[in-house]
Amino acid sequence: MSEKKPILMQGNEACAKGALAAGVRFFAGYPITPSSEIAEILSEELPKVGGRFIQMEDEIASMAAVIGASLTGSKAMTATSGPGMSLKSENLGYASMAEVPCVIVDVQRVGPSTGGPTAPSQGDIMQARWGTHGDHPIIALAPNSVKETYEVTIKAFNLSERFRTPVILLLDEVIGHMREKVVLPDQESIEIINRKKPTVPPEEYFPYEPDEDGVPKMASYGEGYRFHVTGLTHDKTGFPNLSPGNTDYVIRRLHEKIEKNIDEILMVEEYFMDDAELAVFAYGSPSRSSLSAVRKAREEGIKVGLIRPITIWPFPAETVKKAAQKVSKIIVPEMNLGQLLGEVERYAKSDAEVIGLNRVDGELITPQEVVDKIKEVL
Amino acid sequence: MQELLDKYFRKDKLPHIWCPGCGHGITLGAVVRAIDKVGLDPIKTTVVSGIGCSSRAPGYMKFDTLHTTHGRALAFATGVKHAKPELNVIVLTGDGDAAAIGGNHLIHAARRNIDITTVLFNNSIYGMTGGQYSPLTPTGKLATTAPYGNIDQAFDICKLAIAAGATYVARGTVYNTTQLIGLISKGIQNKGFSLIEVITHCPTVYGRRNKMGTAVDMMKWQKENTVNVKAAEKMTEEQLKGKILVGELYSDTRPEYTEQYTKIIERLQKEGQQ
Ligand SMILES: Cc1ncc(C[n+]2csc(CCOP(=O)(O)OP(=O)(O)O)c2C)c(N)n1
Ligand code: SF4
Ligand SMILES: [Mg+2]
Repeated sequence: MSEKKPILMQGNEACAKGALAAGVRFFAGYPITPSSEIAEILSEELPKVGGRFIQMEDEIASMAAVIGASLTGSKAMTATSGPGMSLKSENLGYASMAEVPCVIVDVQRVGPSTGGPTAPSQGDIMQARWGTHGDHPIIALAPNSVKETYEVTIKAFNLSERFRTPVILLLDEVIGHMREKVVLPDQESIEIINRKKPTVPPEEYFPYEPDEDGVPKMASYGEGYRFHVTGLTHDKTGFPNLSPGNTDYVIRRLHEKIEKNIDEILMVEEYFMDDAELAVFAYGSPSRSSLSAVRKAREEGIKVGLIRPITIWPFPAETVKKAAQKVSKIIVPEMNLGQLLGEVERYAKSDAEVIGLNRVDGELITPQEVVDKIKEVL
Repeated sequence: MQELLDKYFRKDKLPHIWCPGCGHGITLGAVVRAIDKVGLDPIKTTVVSGIGCSSRAPGYMKFDTLHTTHGRALAFATGVKHAKPELNVIVLTGDGDAAAIGGNHLIHAARRNIDITTVLFNNSIYGMTGGQYSPLTPTGKLATTAPYGNIDQAFDICKLAIAAGATYVARGTVYNTTQLIGLISKGIQNKGFSLIEVITHCPTVYGRRNKMGTAVDMMKWQKENTVNVKAAEKMTEEQLKGKILVGELYSDTRPEYTEQYTKIIERLQKEGQQ
């Protein structure tokens, strides 16, 4: 076999290509910078593989169409940025409640409101967590390179199919627009997970009866199961049941299917943490600067390590708890005013001091800034 | 009737939640009879709704059913139809659901001429939330949020659908179910976007407040205040004043959205093989 040649690729393109590799067959969206390339590429590529693209009238409709498509058995996705994410939130809640797999990409830009459409940000970390109404679990992933965007997009589809849940992919303007050389894996080497399908006859099928892993099997429309889907609190039959007992059961089960399987969901990388006395906790773009900074500081003999979560939600609480017992201080560089810092504090408790390094000017956090911060807090 | 019940209804979900005298049940009956008349395959038919008393209808129907968020039925339905065009897709929606919060989705579904049949249960009010005015509440009527009389102007939702690009548009009443079943059947048969507005009644939160009498009185009102479009052709403007036109209001053919998209797929796949 010939060695694969590296190709120059943009982050948004890697996202679209990753989605195709994962088996996406439906995209509905509404244009917004800095995410539009994902829609543009998929409008070109999807019909070639028998998939379908549609540009909807707004993001509310896009999210709705994605859920409708997923119910027919298609792997479906949408892509947007902060303002569009706010509109998608309504039906994101629906996807969570009705347990419909789908992937939502948020290429973050400076906000609130129209903010800075071409400037990167990590301002939607909490919107990803709590943007929709009600107590719901969510999975959100934040890659930090073009190559990883490709891989993590595939992972996002796999997790959404595996757990019948919406998965948010958090990119930022820099990751989305930067170009890097990548070598893509062969399709055969990629692990693809598809939703579990019922094998019983229609009379015996309960669309919301979980298996042992907490995840119910999912039929597709048009297969003869003739099942009902609603956003109302429902029992295993899929029909409304608003009793306090059932309501409590449903909301808790939605959370449990994620929590119980957290090991399959959490992706966290650690660098130089073995003997670290100080830690940097960073994700997305700032984690790149943070890794260079940590390497530089190490060269100068500073015992600092890096924790880099790719899975942002559910939050890697155990990793932080463990680290906090080892290090005295945790620096959290973010392109926001400390959204994930609060979570780090929540789990570090009094074991380690948590210090923010924040930029909201639409500029990247530089390695030097992280080095300076490391030295400042030493 | 028994045969229809067995074939198309989830009998274990009955009785329904609607108030005694509500017109929504009659509308649902007409929808099911139209489905039967056209002979749709129940396995290949998906019924989608939004939120409202009317939108609870799919729950009683033995099809794949999707009860979505308020106003978004057509957007969900667009995803279903586009992803799996072989499915027959029927949307059941209310006047608030389709004309207020879902108004944008309605005009764009019509514009695309996507093959979805929309049956709009127009009871002139937000029934489920207790009687607030909707974009189809006539001017002057009372609602819980229009205690001094509604000063809004109502849409002519059929004209709006025609202007937006729907290829089959009709209006019927629950008073005349024979006509209504015919109109819905033709809507289903139309290969494109169809809207059938059904004038129905909410005796509980609209009729009572507006002193319109019993459910039977409200159906009589429908009879007395509607004129068939054919008959209307021979009537003067004076005679037609205040009357609501019923019957087939518009019918046309235009390329259907998902068919057009399928052509693109076929072309690209042929090119790919070459
Ligand atoms: C986003 C959102 N806003 C408001 C509501 C509350 N709501 C539920 S039903 C409804 C109106 C329904 O009226 P209509 O569509 O005319 O149906 P009807 O009950 O009259 O059949 C409203 C405002 C909601 N469920 N969701
Ligand atoms: S409130 Fe009105 S629309 Fe709702 S079920 Fe009762 S009569 Fe029907
Ligand atoms: Mg109404």
